[in-house]
Amino acid sequence: MFTTTKLFLQVTACGALFALNTYAVSADPTRYGFGEPASANDLQDFVSSLPDGRDLPAGSGTISKGKQVYDEKCASCHGQKLEGDIGDRLIGGRGTLVNNDPKKAPVKTVESYWPYATTLFDYIKRAMPFYTPGSLTNDEVYSVTGYILSEAKILNGDEPITAKSLSKVAMPNRNGFIPDHRPDHFKPADKHPRLR
Amino acid sequence: MSILDPNSDAKNQLKIASLVEAEEAFLAKARKNANSAYFSQNHIEPEKPVKGEPAKGVDPLQRPHNRRHFLASFAVLASSSVAGRAIAQTAASPDGKAPPGAVWRSVPEDATKIPGTAIGEDGGYGTRSQFETEVRWRFGTKTPLSSWSMTPLEHGVGIITPSGLHFERDHGGIATIDPATHKVFVHGMVKQPKKFSMLDVKRFPSISRILFIECSGNGLTEWSKPTLKTVQGTHGLVSTSEWTGVPLSTILNEVGVKSGAKWLLVEGGDSSVMTRSIPIDKAMKDCFLAYGQNGEAIRPEQGYPLRLIAPGYEGNTHIKWVRRIELSDKPFMTREETSKYTDLLPSGKAVQFSLVMDAKSVITRPSGEMTLSGPGFYEITGLAWSGRGRIKRVDVSTDGGRTWKPAGLQGPILPICQTRFRFPWVWDGKEAILQSRCVDETGYVQPTLGQLIEVRGLNGPIGSIYHLNAIQSWKVDTEGRVSNVHYY
Ligand code: HEC
Repeated sequence: MFTTTKLFLQVTACGALFALNTYAVSADPTRYGFGEPASANDLQDFVSSLPDGRDLPAGSGTISKGKQVYDEKCASCHGQKLEGDIGDRLIGGRGTLVNNDPKKAPVKTVESYWPYATTLFDYIKRAMPFYTPGSLTNDEVYSVTGYILSEAKILNGDEPITAKSLSKVAMPNRNGFIPDHRPDHFKPADKHPRLR
Repeated sequence: MSILDPNSDAKNQLKIASLVEAEEAFLAKARKNANSAYFSQNHIEPEKPVKGEPAKGVDPLQRPHNRRHFLASFAVLASSSVAGRAIAQTAASPDGKAPPGAVWRSVPEDATKIPGTAIGEDGGYGTRSQFETEVRWRFGTKTPLSSWSMTPLEHGVGIITPSGLHFERDHGGIATIDPATHKVFVHGMVKQPKKFSMLDVKRFPSISRILFIECSGNGLTEWSKPTLKTVQGTHGLVSTSEWTGVPLSTILNEVGVKSGAKWLLVEGGDSSVMTRSIPIDKAMKDCFLAYGQNGEAIRPEQGYPLRLIAPGYEGNTHIKWVRRIELSDKPFMTREETSKYTDLLPSGKAVQFSLVMDAKSVITRPSGEMTLSGPGFYEITGLAWSGRGRIKRVDVSTDGGRTWKPAGLQGPILPICQTRFRFPWVWDGKEAILQSRCVDETGYVQPTLGQLIEVRGLNGPIGSIYHLNAIQSWKVDTEGRVSNVHYY
C-alpha cells in the first residue's frame, strides 16, 4: 500500500510538472494546448447529415439525372431494378417487417426500413460507388438519392432534390424504431430442457 | 454493417451456406493437422490415471485439489503422440511453407545436437512457431472488401487474443494510412475546432485497459437452428486486447464542448468512411482513442493508427482509422445505426441504439467438432464477458442445464473484459450436454436461447440478427464427439 501511494505521488508530481510546462503555451490552465485550430477550409470537404437537413452540403439534383447516374454507376452491383446483387437490394419489402416466422425473412430496404432520407444522401456520398467512393459530385448524389426514392414510390415529380427537400421526405418506416429497453431480467431457467 | 443480408430467404441461405462451406474447408484441413484441436485421429486425451488414485467415476470436485490434473489437461490439446508430431510437420508444411505468421525452418532430429537459429535472423521481429496453425477464417461474402473474420477461440489460452487473431470486420477493405500525415479533426458544437496529428495525440496523458470487443452480430447464424459447427463459427466475433490511448474526455476538454452538445459522430478514414453516433455522456465517461494494442501499435486491420474504444459497446461503434469527430445536439442517424445494427422484433418495430453488449459466456474446450477419446478427466474451460462490468460467477452444467456447479474463475477479473473459467469434469462415457451460464456484477443472468427468443422473437431465420447472448450447448455423444446443439 505504501509503495502504491508513493508511486501515485510521483506520478501526480510528474503530471503537475508536465502541466506546468504546458501552461507556458496554453492560455487556459486546464488545457494542454496541443493540436492546431481547424479552419473552415480544413473542414469543408467533410460530409455528415442530421435528419433535419443540417450539415448536408449545398447542391441539388433531379430524379431523371439520378436515373442516368444509377444506370451508369450503381446498377452493376445493385441491379437494373434495384433488386440487389453484390450490393444490397434497395427497394421493396413494405409490409414484411411484422413477422414471427423463422422461415420467412423480412425484407429490409431503403423503401421498407430506412427512417430518414438524409441518411441515404449521407451514405451514398461517403461510401458509394463501392470501388470509387467519394467520386460523385453533390448534385449527382442528390440526383441518385432522388431516383432511388422515386423507384421506392416515396418521391415523384420534378421538384429539385436538396438538403431541405430530403429533410421533409416522409419515409414509410419513419416511426418504426424504439429505444433500447435492456437490460432484460432473466431468472435461471427452471423448465425441463430438451433437445430442439 | 450488413453482416448477413436479411433481404431474401434465398440470399440468406446462400450466404449462410457459404459460411458453412468456409468452416467445412477449414475443418477438412484441421482434421489432418495433429496440432489442431480437430485432429481426427488424435482425440482430446483424458488424463492417465495417477498411480494409486482412482481413474474414473470420481467426482473431481470431491477430491482434494490436484495440481497435476490442471497442468495435464492444459497440455492436452497441444500435445500429441510422436507419430502425431510427424504428421503435424508435414501437414503444416507439405511444401516447406510455414503457416501464416511463421517462418519455416527444417526440424533437426535432435535439437540438442545442432545449434539453432541465430538471434537476429528474424530481422528483429519474432514470429510464432511453425507448428502453430490456427488462423482467423473469413465469412464468404461476395466481396472480401466488406466481410469479417473470426477468432479461433478454441485454441486460446488465458484471456488475451493475439493481435494477429483478433476478429475483423471491414466495410471497404483495410485502409493503409501513414501516421506521419494522419490528422484527427474535432469540430461541431465546440468552442475551438481543432486538428491533431498523431504526435499531438501521443503527447496527451495516456491510459491502458484490457477490454473485450464483440461484434453484436456474433452468433447470428444460431438463432433458429444450430448452423455452424465450431466455437470459432458460433462465437468468434469477440476478442480481447490491452488497448492504450488518450481519453476522449481529454480531447473534448481541449476543444471545449458547447452546452447542448449531446452526441458525437466518429468517422473513419477508410473507404467506407464508417460513422457512428456516440452519446456524449459515454464519451466523457470512458471512451478513448487507442493507438496501442497489446504493447505495440494497433494493427492495420484494427484501425491503425487510431481507433475509438467504447468499452462495452457493440464492436461497430469502435470506429477504426478515426479521422474526424463532430459534436451535435442530436444523433446523426447514420446508415449503420438505422439500416443495420437495429434489432427488428416480430412487432415490426426495431430497437435502435442497443449499444451495450449483455453478459455472455461459452465453453471453448471441449467444443464443437472436437472428440473426447474416452471416459476420464477433462478440464472444461471457456470465456465469460459483460459490457456492463465484471463477471461475478460462471456456472457449468454437464446435464443440459438441469444441475449447475460453479466454475473456477481465473484472475484478474476485470470489468468489460473476458474472464477465463475452468471446471474439472470426469466424463463417464455417457451422452452429456455441456453449458456455461454467467452472471455479471449487475446481477444480470445469461439467458437460455428459449428465454431470449421469448423476448426477441424470431423475425426470420436469423431472428433480430444482433445481440444473441444465449447459453451455448455442446452435446457429447457416447463416442465422445462434440457437436453444436440447441438444448433449452
Ligand atoms: C462495386 C459494387 C457496387 C457499386 C458500383 C455500388 N454499390 Fe452500393 N453497395 C455495394 C456493397 C457491397 C454494399 C454493402 C456495403 C457494406 O457491406 O457495408 C452497398 C451498399 C449500398 C447501400 C446501403 C444499402 C443498405 O440497405 O444498407 C446503398 C444505399 C447503396 N449501396 C447505394 C449505391 C449507389 C447509389 C450506387 C451508385 C452511385 C452504388 N451503391 C454503387 C456495392 C456497390
